[in-house]
Amino acid sequence: MSTTEKQGLLNPEGRAFKLGSVGADWIDQRTSMSSVVKNFARKVFPDHWSFMFGEVALYSFVVLLISGTFLTMFFVPSMDEVTYEGIYEPLYGLEMSRAYASTLDLSFEVKGGLLFRQMHHWAALLFMVAIFVHMFRVFFTGAFRKPRELNWLVGFSLMILGMVAGFSGYSLPDDVLSGNGLRIADGLMKSIPLVGTYMSMLLFGGEFPGTDIIPRLFTIHILLVPAAIMGLIAIHLVMLVVHKHAHYPGPGATDRNVVGYPLFPVYTAKAGGFFFIVFGLIALVSATVSINSVWAYGPYDPSPVSAGSQPDWYMLFTDGGLRLIPGWEFTIFGYVISLNMLIPMVFYGLFLAALALWPFLEQWVTGDDREHHVLDLPYNAPVRTAFGVAWITEYILLVLGATNDLVAIAFHISINDLTWLYRIGFFVAPVVAFIVTKRICLAIQRHKRDLVLHGVETAKVVRMENGEMLEIHEPLNEYERWTLVQHDTFRPLKEGNGVSGLRAKASSFFFKDQIDPVTPRELRAALEHGGHERHKIEALTGPYRELEP
Amino acid sequence: MTHNDLSHNHDGTQPHRGVSAVVAKEDGGFVNPGLPPHEYRQSDLDPKAERRAEKMVAGMFILSIIGTAIFIASYFLFTPMGYNLLAESKTLQAVKWSNLFTGIGLAVAMFFIGAAAVHWAKTLMPDHEVTEERHIYSRTNPVREEASGIIVDGLDESGVARRPLIVASMVGALAVLPIAVLFPISTLGPLPGNKLHHTFWAKAKKEPLRIVRDHDNTPIKASDVTVGSIFHVMPDGLTHENNEHDFLEQRAKAAAVLVRIDPADAKNQESLSNGYEGILAFSKICTHVGCPVALYEQQTHHMLCPCHQSTFDVTDGAKVIFGPAHRPLPQLPIEVDDEGYLVATDDFPEPIGPSFWNLHKDK
Repeated sequence: MSTTEKQGLLNPEGRAFKLGSVGADWIDQRTSMSSVVKNFARKVFPDHWSFMFGEVALYSFVVLLISGTFLTMFFVPSMDEVTYEGIYEPLYGLEMSRAYASTLDLSFEVKGGLLFRQMHHWAALLFMVAIFVHMFRVFFTGAFRKPRELNWLVGFSLMILGMVAGFSGYSLPDDVLSGNGLRIADGLMKSIPLVGTYMSMLLFGGEFPGTDIIPRLFTIHILLVPAAIMGLIAIHLVMLVVHKHAHYPGPGATDRNVVGYPLFPVYTAKAGGFFFIVFGLIALVSATVSINSVWAYGPYDPSPVSAGSQPDWYMLFTDGGLRLIPGWEFTIFGYVISLNMLIPMVFYGLFLAALALWPFLEQWVTGDDREHHVLDLPYNAPVRTAFGVAWITEYILLVLGATNDLVAIAFHISINDLTWLYRIGFFVAPVVAFIVTKRICLAIQRHKRDLVLHGVETAKVVRMENGEMLEIHEPLNEYERWTLVQHDTFRPLKEGNGVSGLRAKASSFFFKDQIDPVTPRELRAALEHGGHERHKIEALTGPYRELEP
Repeated sequence: MTHNDLSHNHDGTQPHRGVSAVVAKEDGGFVNPGLPPHEYRQSDLDPKAERRAEKMVAGMFILSIIGTAIFIASYFLFTPMGYNLLAESKTLQAVKWSNLFTGIGLAVAMFFIGAAAVHWAKTLMPDHEVTEERHIYSRTNPVREEASGIIVDGLDESGVARRPLIVASMVGALAVLPIAVLFPISTLGPLPGNKLHHTFWAKAKKEPLRIVRDHDNTPIKASDVTVGSIFHVMPDGLTHENNEHDFLEQRAKAAAVLVRIDPADAKNQESLSNGYEGILAFSKICTHVGCPVALYEQQTHHMLCPCHQSTFDVTDGAKVIFGPAHRPLPQLPIEVDDEGYLVATDDFPEPIGPSFWNLHKDK
């Protein structure tokens, strides 16, 4: 199409084109933009649906910035007591903080206010969903391998900051639900030996709840955390451009190239368009499904709390451990060590750290220091995939733990039995998930080997004169085959030669039951065997083609 | 070969350090066949399909304009406080209609711009896959050597290697400086002192303090408290007017519950003796992480924290019988005064709420 005459706007003789050239020239003389355009406009990005989740996270963050800015125009982060005189009758005349009252006012009395508040909350939930799904896309495809380990850590930090942003944000309206969330945070902080009570006093500006916490959280929520998130997103994206996007294995894709479509115009249209789609869908959900109806909870008061108090989904796992831990606490030299809070907190730290440090662990095990730009298919890395699934299983178990009261009521089960079930599940479920996932991966690998060696079953069966039944197999073409044979072969490292016993054991755990990709020789042998069968069939029925309907 | 057979990467190179679990492939493995032949889309082959796609894209952009119009119109036709076509002004219904129409308008306006752009890219923009080479980061390259040269020269010019006095004092200065940060941080709040060890009920040490219903602040007669009932109570005098500066903080510590058990059911005589004829008062703040223990099971006399399901047996001094809490809910010693109203005679015997490290250190 570029060979045809440029028409309309792009006709070099036309007025529009000339005007555009003058403008571009003016800018270029002041910015050297043309070198940026030359270097970046045709950068190639590979295409795959699973690459979309990071984009969803980015775009929901933009929606958060836009809707959040709107909210700051009306929200008053103050704990001054006021008497509510707005249009929501059940709370009329009640004493409440200005933060809560202004939340009600911006929801009920500002045109479009409720919409922007709901969009802000829905976008936050989607932001965290997208971050998690994106993170596990990266994990399961091994996209965190060299040279992307640092970007993995940047992404991990974004996930943590997202949780901080969410928690500090949903605490701002100063309603009963979020107030109890803060109380739990306060309780956790106080349990830290030596410094706990000091930390709590410093954060709350005195005893819980005090009058400082909402204004302080406001500054954290609208300034510190978003600034940090924006900085890290910038680093994340610059590193993405520097590394160039990884691509899935397939014919033509190598560790030394990138196969896809150019940034301009195809990706500009697709990714730019996708931003509008995400924005539109968030608006649609916010228009039709209400979220965090703070007026139903009432203003914060330290005395009441309702059953079914759950935080936003991404904080649920932190609550789960607190519900499952038995009441362990002991006193040493008169000082209290509250294991019922310290163990969950330490566990969350290690649980998250395991994910953050996985790339380095894996590299230590494999000793593989090559650059990787072709992604792994998850079943080709059984131990990694099994670890990921086990991690997610533990995460889900903690989330379930945090909803045990809802589950118990919904299914009429004793909450004590259910809690015990989860306590056992906490130790058993990840192990089972690991073993099952690894077995499934190995089974898929074997199946793919069969596919490469013997081709696709055609469901056409021929009976030979001696009664032998033969099924006709259609061999893969070289493009299909390549995707299934391109991955690496591993062998466990042996102790010695600078390999420690521990590393040898870890390596054995990873690779002892490794299933190797088909080698060219194996394929030749299989084809030879297939050739004999084919010969026998053809002797009876004529060439394959005649069997086609 | 210095290492064992396993030290080769599959492309025949050796790992830069140590050994690798990657095995060299037999014959170098299969050969990458390169990109498969391109498959053309309908809109590439059929001018009619191309035209259809073009109309579709334009149609979606026009839908977006309609969405924008709905959004703008909703600011006039469906307002929460002013004119509203479908509901009375200043009602929740009006708010809901406003939310629905602004939201749908915005959703349509945004979504169809996106859908149009994506459809345009997918059907009409070129879809030939392009290949671009990557720069592989090599360990030896001229740029890197130049860069390390610049750093070394710069450090040399600064004289760090020749002037240990400066380096040592600089390290000292930078190490001491962070201590200063502690001081601005220390101004964020007061020190804990004995604040966590006392509640508003401490006034009862001087003279008995009436126990009043939460919110309406009326005193409670012992006869009002029947077996199976639960009262959410506060100390008399803990009102907003009297405690302007620390009303919520005091409430957060003083919140308590009154329950009555049949003395015959009591499993803990000491706890029973701190009550009045089976009426017992306990802190309402969970000893796990501090949620209000708001649920009471009349039949079993169990109190349950809705946050993490710690369960306390009030017949046994509010001992923990399930869940993550460890300490019993502190019990408030009570009596009745001359007029028959329930009063507290002392503060809680130990700090209420979540445990902290110096909980047992008396202040």
